[in-house]
Amino acid sequence: MKVTVEIPSALRRFTDGAGRIECEGANLPGLLESLGTKHPAITQHLRDESGQVRRFINIYVNDEDVRFLGGDAYQFRDGDQVLIVPSIAGG
Amino acid sequence: MSSSACPSPTATPATSLHFELRCRECGKRTANAPRSFCEECFSPLEVVYDLDRVRRTFTPEQIAERPTNMWRYSELLPVPEGYKSTLPTGFTPLVSARKLGVKLGLNHLYVKNDAVCFPTLSFKDRVVSTAIATAKRFGLETIGCSSTGNLANAVAAQAAREGLKAWVFIPEDLESAKILGTRVYGANVVKIRGNYDQVNRLCSQIAEKLPWGFVNVNLRPYYAEGSKTVGYEIAEQLGWRLPDNVIVPMAGGSLIGKIQKAFAELCVLGVVEPKQVKFFGAQATGCSPISAAVKDGRETIQPQKPSTIVRSLAIGNPADGYYAIRGIRDSGGWAEDVSDAETIAGIRLLAETEGIFTETAGGVTTAVTRKLVEQGKIRSDETTVVCITGNGLKTLDALAGEEFDDVVIEPKLAAFEACLEEAAVELV
Repeated sequence: MKVTVEIPSALRRFTDGAGRIECEGANLPGLLESLGTKHPAITQHLRDESGQVRRFINIYVNDEDVRFLGGDAYQFRDGDQVLIVPSIAGG
Repeated sequence: MSSSACPSPTATPATSLHFELRCRECGKRTANAPRSFCEECFSPLEVVYDLDRVRRTFTPEQIAERPTNMWRYSELLPVPEGYKSTLPTGFTPLVSARKLGVKLGLNHLYVKNDAVCFPTLSFKDRVVSTAIATAKRFGLETIGCSSTGNLANAVAAQAAREGLKAWVFIPEDLESAKILGTRVYGANVVKIRGNYDQVNRLCSQIAEKLPWGFVNVNLRPYYAEGSKTVGYEIAEQLGWRLPDNVIVPMAGGSLIGKIQKAFAELCVLGVVEPKQVKFFGAQATGCSPISAAVKDGRETIQPQKPSTIVRSLAIGNPADGYYAIRGIRDSGGWAEDVSDAETIAGIRLLAETEGIFTETAGGVTTAVTRKLVEQGKIRSDETTVVCITGNGLKTLDALAGEEFDDVVIEPKLAAFEACLEEAAVELV
């Protein structure tokens, strides 16, 4: 599935400045794998030592928190828009 | 010694200021700047202080000589030495709550009453005072926030006073008093068709694009430090002692950790005797991601879609949820949540016993306190502080369905006497 990933400013130094990246993946782990293949340096900033998405990163699919969609089990569809946002805000 | 009460002293900052930013997870230091997360691991940044420098002037004797507002603790706030605020925020009453204590079965109960905080009647005045001092130091001319209401009021009021432009983003269904109480100061109010978490995500995106100071996004490490003043005040108002229990409402989950940090700093500075303080978190059942995690024994937050009248606590994806869970557990405390009906009963109980009219969040805190006593988690002989963070005049809508025994009579003495007779009131 072709999915567009929006990269926050803080991570663009690991994507050669790109803010939007076309990736492929059936689910979230697959998508992050695809992103990591294109831009290897970004992986360690998005995933912890156990390979999980870091605790303080939120991932949205078409404006919905991926955890409400099933998390890793969510099956991407062509054209999905993924947003990576630091979670340290609000309250 | 409890880890929650007295952790290790913070490391010495390497700047001319007596504070700097440090990642809470990887420990990487960052120069002071409008940013909230570590660019290496995306974890939160927090302000750390050179406590050896602070120690020289932060003594009970010297503090006693200072004005009675939150700036009497300015050494432990992220402002330059000698900073003078003209806004007398904070130092709200710590009220001995004997009648409420009798109702709940607590002999040493206190209410920390931020329902009368200056200038906008909630504890958010504290954090905004700190954020605005920071915004001005960074030369920012526009400030903003995502808000469930109280923060919107505080940002709008203080921006007006300081001559800053304000942009406030809120869920469109907020209580009318909170919306009006923001507009009146001349702030730009943007209502979002969505819940708070959606508002918050949007603000994170906007903060990336515009050179604004969002108090709870890119200024968040500094802003959150203002919450510590609740803790300093509790300790000072108890005679530089720590209580046994503190009950704190939880939305984003930050306040509980900041009161803990305040107590820890006071311990390290030798201003109070170290002791185990149990922290208890209070949420509305209709939005209880933190209390659910504590009760389920989880370390991670499962976000929720809020459904509660307690809009000021309606954050389904709390930024500091993880730290709130950890802080509660490490302290030996607990978390609980209450229904909307219990919240209303809590508002009325506090008003009828102590003459304090709190908003829905305070109803939650009061009702949770009752629940914790019933569960045996708080003992009657312990010193317990309940944090009331907002004013009931802002959430009158919540009481709209309540029945009160009002009477309407003609302006005649006989009519009033008949009224008394009907009410079976004995005249003295």
